Amino acid sequence: MQLTDKHREYWSKNLRITGILLVIWFLVTYVLCFFARELQFNFFGWPFAFYMAAQGSLIIYVIIIWYYARYMNKLDIQYDVHEGEED
Amino acid sequence: MASPASEPTNVFTGGSQKAFASQLKRVYTFYTGGFILFVVALAILEQMGLPRRWIGYIFLLATVGLYAGIGVMTRTSDATEYYVAGRRVPALFNGMATGADWMSAASFIGMAGTLYLAGYGGLAFVLGWTGGYCLVALLLAPYLRKFGQFTIPDFLGARYGGNIPRFIGIIAAILCSFTYVVAQIYGVGIITTRLTGVPLELGVFLGLAGILVCSFLGGMRAVTWTQVAQYIILIIAYMIPVVWLAVKQTGVPIPELIYGQQLAKVTAREAELIKDPKELQVREIFKARAAEAATNLKDPTAAYTAGKTKLQAEVEKLKAENASPEQIAAATKAVTAYPPDESSAKTQWAKDAALAARAAPPLRHAEAFPGKDEEARDISRRNFLALVFCLMVGTAALPHILMRYYTTPSVRDARMSVFWSLFFIFLLYFTAPALAVLVKFTMYNNVVGSSFASLPQWVAAWSQVDPTLLSVVDVNKDGIVQLAEIAIGGDIVVLATPEIAGLPYVISGLVAAGGLAAALSTADGLLLTIANALSHDFYYKMLDPSASTARRVTISKVLLLVVALAAAWVASQKPANILFLVSAAFSFAAASFFPALVLGIFWKRANKWGATLGMLAGLGITAWYMVTTQPWLRGVFGVTSPIADHIWWGIQPISAGLWGVPLGFAVIIIVSLLTPKPDQATQDLVEHVRYPNLAGDTMKTLGT
Repeated sequence: MQLTDKHREYWSKNLRITGILLVIWFLVTYVLCFFARELQFNFFGWPFAFYMAAQGSLIIYVIIIWYYARYMNKLDIQYDVHEGEED
Repeated sequence: MASPASEPTNVFTGGSQKAFASQLKRVYTFYTGGFILFVVALAILEQMGLPRRWIGYIFLLATVGLYAGIGVMTRTSDATEYYVAGRRVPALFNGMATGADWMSAASFIGMAGTLYLAGYGGLAFVLGWTGGYCLVALLLAPYLRKFGQFTIPDFLGARYGGNIPRFIGIIAAILCSFTYVVAQIYGVGIITTRLTGVPLELGVFLGLAGILVCSFLGGMRAVTWTQVAQYIILIIAYMIPVVWLAVKQTGVPIPELIYGQQLAKVTAREAELIKDPKELQVREIFKARAAEAATNLKDPTAAYTAGKTKLQAEVEKLKAENASPEQIAAATKAVTAYPPDESSAKTQWAKDAALAARAAPPLRHAEAFPGKDEEARDISRRNFLALVFCLMVGTAALPHILMRYYTTPSVRDARMSVFWSLFFIFLLYFTAPALAVLVKFTMYNNVVGSSFASLPQWVAAWSQVDPTLLSVVDVNKDGIVQLAEIAIGGDIVVLATPEIAGLPYVISGLVAAGGLAAALSTADGLLLTIANALSHDFYYKMLDPSASTARRVTISKVLLLVVALAAAWVASQKPANILFLVSAAFSFAAASFFPALVLGIFWKRANKWGATLGMLAGLGITAWYMVTTQPWLRGVFGVTSPIADHIWWGIQPISAGLWGVPLGFAVIIIVSLLTPKPDQATQDLVEHVRYPNLAGDTMKTLGT
């Protein structure tokens, strides 16, 4: 099959958003945890590092996945690669 | 799809996708309401004097009967229904089913306990087991859905052209899933035993019956709809006691929002307890006992004889001195209480030597990476990050989870479905750290410092039920409970919360039913993965590609039964290192599947030999690292060289995937570049999975 430029653009946009979200995921998980001993300031009653590992990061993960699903589902329609309507 | 005449028409067969989804919503809303009414009715009966044992029986029978009912209603012999639930599971419900599939007995009962015992260190599990879904969502689920076959080895077989990658996939899928399913069946056995009081071996097989009624008749379709039902039970069961405990301690019914203030109080109390003179005294006693036992263990034969002679000499001395009969009786008693032979004395001393752990000051709950010096803290941090990495990548590679994304109607639904999955998992995982802190607060303030004469009622009750879960002994004989005198097993945190919160017994029964739902749902998903790997991938794809659909489904059902019995048999042997094996499954899944799956989608150049050797290398190095560094595996494989020779960078064996994953990636890339690129058909397949709908694409995706 032959891919058009539009298809390639769709895929590179997909790769870009995937990359950006993975960078956020990496920062939240590994960089924050790496500096956990330094990030001990009070955050609404919790030490910040503890709060992030117990709740904050989880909330960000949920948002990352939600945002990706929304973004890609729109992109599918925009680039006309979406699936047919539900049967 | 036309159902054969023998298959029932009911809520799980539905018409158009939209009507189907709204019908499901209605049914499960009624179901949730009905379940709450059922619990309320039991609570009223309890007030009227229904005995506790009966409440246990009713919970067990009612929930397992319910799962069996769904299993019977959704029975099928159609391959698409059996393997992937007809590919019509709406995103929301697939999310709930994945949540139940994912959360095992270890998450439900063990997680809060681990957090209680390990403090910040336990958060590696919370992070790893949720963050992994980002990888599933971004790198795998939508593409696997577009590929649209039945199993994960299917993808490896199609993408890397041939039976060798498929076969390695089968082996890896069974390796990860079997150890995991043994742990689940063991968990089911323990909970059944708790609810009804039957012996563990019987409990295991009773639980097995509960697992089989869900999966045997209807495969993935039955498992999906029971898992949704099980998710609802397990989340209700988890939330009620925590919310109640939060109300009792703080007056606010949202524990996740307010436990920061309880954590601050716990931290302040820790500082007191660490330097409290009575606590120090108890720790000194443990230290002395451990030191004595360690000395004895150096030369057990001499120590055993010396110890015995000393006690006998004491009796003789007292007799010679004409001491009082009480004194002589006490000394004689000490002689009879002395271990009867050297080997039992050794066991006793080994136990005492382990008391050294209790001589340590209490851990600071909120402190990240504790250690005695900078180097120890560094190693602790490294291991924390490595464990998070292995759990995340492993989550994104466990076949029983990835398989669930084949069941949605479209790529769009698969994407949304990962969101719902993580959302439903998140509800439990961000509550567990709160529960751990609330229970710790109670323990440090209401139990520590109370007198042995007036222990809280739940402490006395649980230390009688199972001393390995909770035991409180007055070591320094001052009549007051010191923190160091409390020995606690992690599982107590979830199991005893209803009583700590002062809730009626019916809630304890509910919590056990929730644990049962968690273990059953995970076991179902895993058993199905193993049976499908064997029947679909091994038998149908490799041995007999001409087998009819009916025959394939029948073989799958027979294999399910065989695998289930084998797993139950292993579980009834009470394997000692089950927890390690479960964590090892994550490292294995990560090292074997993740690089091959991700590169298969994102790098067209990846080819058969790269993937084959990459999977083998990843599995191989992970296995080798574990075998040379994990004490139990070293024993099994007879490794005698010192552990220190094999440890790299201070990484614990549980995180062996830290080496396997990068090596897997490297080998796939290098070998692929050295060998010819994949043929056009394979490259077309890659394009095919990358676009939800590609104009001019001749390949057909099933079910869209």
